[in-house]
Amino acid sequence: MIEYITSYLKSDTTPGQAGNFLWAFIYILLIFLGLSVAVIAMNWLERKILAHMQVRLGPMRVGPHGLLQPIADAIKLLIKEDIMPSESDPFVFWTAPLIVVLTAFTVFIVVPFGPTHAVTDMNIGVLFMLGVSSLSVLGVVMAGWASNSHYPLMGALRSSAQMVSYEIAMGLAVISAVLMTSFNPSGTGTLSMIGIVQAQEAQSTWFIFKFFPLGLIAFFVFAVAMVAETNRAPFDLPEAESELTAGFHTEYSGFRWSLFFLAEYSAMIAVSSIAVTLWLGGWLRPFPHWLSGETWDLVFSLFPGLTFLAMAGLTFYSVARMPKHPYFRAQTMGLAGFGALLGLIGLVLFAPLVRDRVQDIYWFAAKVAGFMYLYIWYRGTFPRYRFDQLMKVGWKILLPIGLGVLIVTAILGIAL
Amino acid sequence: MQPVATTFFFYFLALVTVISGVLVITRRNPVHSALALILALLGQAGLYLMLYAPFVAGVQIILYAGGIMVLFLFVIMLVSIERAQKEEQFNNMWVVGVLAALVLGGLFTGVYVKGRDLFAGREIALPEQSNTQQIAVLLYGNYMFAFEIASLLLLVAIIGAVVMAKKRI
Repeated sequence: MIEYITSYLKSDTTPGQAGNFLWAFIYILLIFLGLSVAVIAMNWLERKILAHMQVRLGPMRVGPHGLLQPIADAIKLLIKEDIMPSESDPFVFWTAPLIVVLTAFTVFIVVPFGPTHAVTDMNIGVLFMLGVSSLSVLGVVMAGWASNSHYPLMGALRSSAQMVSYEIAMGLAVISAVLMTSFNPSGTGTLSMIGIVQAQEAQSTWFIFKFFPLGLIAFFVFAVAMVAETNRAPFDLPEAESELTAGFHTEYSGFRWSLFFLAEYSAMIAVSSIAVTLWLGGWLRPFPHWLSGETWDLVFSLFPGLTFLAMAGLTFYSVARMPKHPYFRAQTMGLAGFGALLGLIGLVLFAPLVRDRVQDIYWFAAKVAGFMYLYIWYRGTFPRYRFDQLMKVGWKILLPIGLGVLIVTAILGIAL
Repeated sequence: MQPVATTFFFYFLALVTVISGVLVITRRNPVHSALALILALLGQAGLYLMLYAPFVAGVQIILYAGGIMVLFLFVIMLVSIERAQKEEQFNNMWVVGVLAALVLGGLFTGVYVKGRDLFAGREIALPEQSNTQQIAVLLYGNYMFAFEIASLLLLVAIIGAVVMAKKRI
């Protein structure tokens, strides 16, 4: 048994390619668990960061610094009454959140957290991700229609128009990145997620810096389109709370609403991981060629542990700053325990065997986390677009830019 | 990696496609019909995957299930369902329908019975890994002209739609 596990730890393919069902299943469970933790963390971070941007404190009551707030919210949602409007279409109303959640989680089959850390490596990886995530709009449309109410229908109409418009700009940006993978001696590109990162490694540049402003412009087009695709501010017209109460999920409550919430955040992580894979070098650490060699490898492999130690340090600083009143004793001890857990994880990550194996996942997750922060930052700073402005940005600005970048990339690729 | 339970998946996907195809024409509610059609298209995408054509399957999902059907739903959602359900079907063309179904059924049965002789020796092993590249070589190499003509036709259709929809351009 132990030999079986250690032999797998040294394998150099993904479980899907090796045809190993047990490991594929474990990977799926791990990804599901990691995503759920990430969604919970994002819930807390979004409220805290937004609050600090608006000079508020944010959640402070449940647990130290409101750390237990997401868990309290989850319990509240689970035990809340589940209401279905009497005039609704029950079957469609019931399946809509399932479709949204299924599509949001299915795309993670091909996300490459490392050269071997993916459930499987598909020949059509990017196409699969774009296709399955484009199905999520169906769930939104179904939810809006089945509620049989005005605001949800308006939200669903806006959502479908918005998704169809921005998918085109998004596709063009993706094609120009896929085109860049073919600039090698054999002249053959690839759509596989792992293959795209390996192409960036072989060309020793992230595609965001390839043909200097070109890669950056394509990345910019994708970065705008992906915010629109996930219905987040400033493109959150389908659920604009000041106009449509809550848009397409106005009539949903309790557990079904929490499924929409879960799907929204995991879709955000999914599109961010497409962006990271296509333009930011996926699991590659910064400067793999410029700062190469044994010493630099060692220095960069210490980053995961150091990050967790830094988080533990921050937690202990907060422990020291907790009020000394006996009423806060339980909270202080809980926070200290959390800090100790973070420090312990950090120490485990320094072990050489773990270090080498976890590095890729760390760099991928760190880049995705950067995007997650950007999402919160956008929400804190940008006002919402009007619908005609949204259409104008999609069709008259992003689409021509995307087409232009694609054509210039193709010309440069032939010329060089 | 060797494929697993091929027959099971074939019959499963075929069943999904056929049942949802029947639902498309039997549901009175147009939104339910459209949703069944999406399921049929997804089942078809699965069949393409089983034929070692992952690219075609991916394009099927993006274009039909994710793009065209969303536009379908967009239009259908604006129809008043109560009124549409009460209306009588006005095309009494069941004679032509039965005739067409018989001809098509005869064709299918013929292919099923004599299929082995019709397509003998045409079993080409298409490696899954280079499917996308092979399609690209065919589309932009051998059939470049046909491909460009088809895209020109689509362009004409787009311009025509814009001209018809807009009063002033």
